[in-house]
Amino acid sequence: MIRRPVDTGDPDRLYTVTGGRSRADDAFDLVTLVVSECAPTAGMQSEHARILDLCRHPTAVVEIAAELKLPITVVRILLGDLLAMGNITARHPRAAQSVASLPDSALLQEVLHGLRRL
Amino acid sequence: MGSAVSELPSRRTPLADAAETGLKIVIVGGFGVGKTTLVRSVSEIRPLNTEEVMTQAGVGVDETHGVAAKTTTTVAFDFGRISLNERMVLYLFGAPGQERFWFLWDRLFSGTLGAVVLVDTRRMDDSWYAIDRLEHHKTPFVVAVNRFDNDPSRYSLDEIRQALALPEHVPLIDCDARVRSSGKDVLITLVNHLYEQAMTREMTP
Repeated sequence: MIRRPVDTGDPDRLYTVTGGRSRADDAFDLVTLVVSECAPTAGMQSEHARILDLCRHPTAVVEIAAELKLPITVVRILLGDLLAMGNITARHPRAAQSVASLPDSALLQEVLHGLRRL
Repeated sequence: MGSAVSELPSRRTPLADAAETGLKIVIVGGFGVGKTTLVRSVSEIRPLNTEEVMTQAGVGVDETHGVAAKTTTTVAFDFGRISLNERMVLYLFGAPGQERFWFLWDRLFSGTLGAVVLVDTRRMDDSWYAIDRLEHHKTPFVVAVNRFDNDPSRYSLDEIRQALALPEHVPLIDCDARVRSSGKDVLITLVNHLYEQAMTREMTP
């Protein structure tokens, strides 16, 4: 068997990071904002620790994935762990629950105001 | 792609602690049309890149006759963000227009406010498929024509609308993806369009 470095980003590594799980927690949208509720502790899985470090300020799931250089699905699994342990809270987007739900005019007005100020 | 000069700080600036609502707008287009350039021109952070893996046997994704079907397909995309106010943050995703990408659309971009189809007049074929898929997914969109400096054709917007078989109600505009004010206009055109649709819906009992 040929040994490879752990940090190659290949499926073997992803398997290790998630403990072999491939089903992600659908509760986490790409733009769900995650906030740490505690500091990393000694002995914690390094990816969990990095997420807690990163999310001292609200951080979107997609930004966590980019920072950790891990696929979205893997990050959702890791976030599911942290949520179950009470280590993070999640601020979910308002309109993301179904494809069909359309944003209301008040929300869009706020978006327009924000864009015009750019 | 990635040719525009970035003056954004290389360190990621955190969001405001009061940030509570994340929103999505997706920019769709063929390879090299300027998606990342557009994201960069309006984003408050240097565009980041991430990926999603599709683990199911991808129907129609890869023709692997006789061979055990490929089990993972990776789709990479860029994104940037705009803090609209203390509470709301808008994420802009640059999404490749090719076929395999659309298998992940519902998983990644459900709940998106809307989409911008970025068009290069030299490769209009790339846009047809994207427009077709957006209509299929019932995602509202606008079409922005990225005018490159040396666009030799200068097709008029009317000609482009005809070539794309684009219905009258879909806004179609020119832009220069490298220019911040132009990118901003594209986003405002989209959100205005969404706003008008929402008003119509809310007025209809």
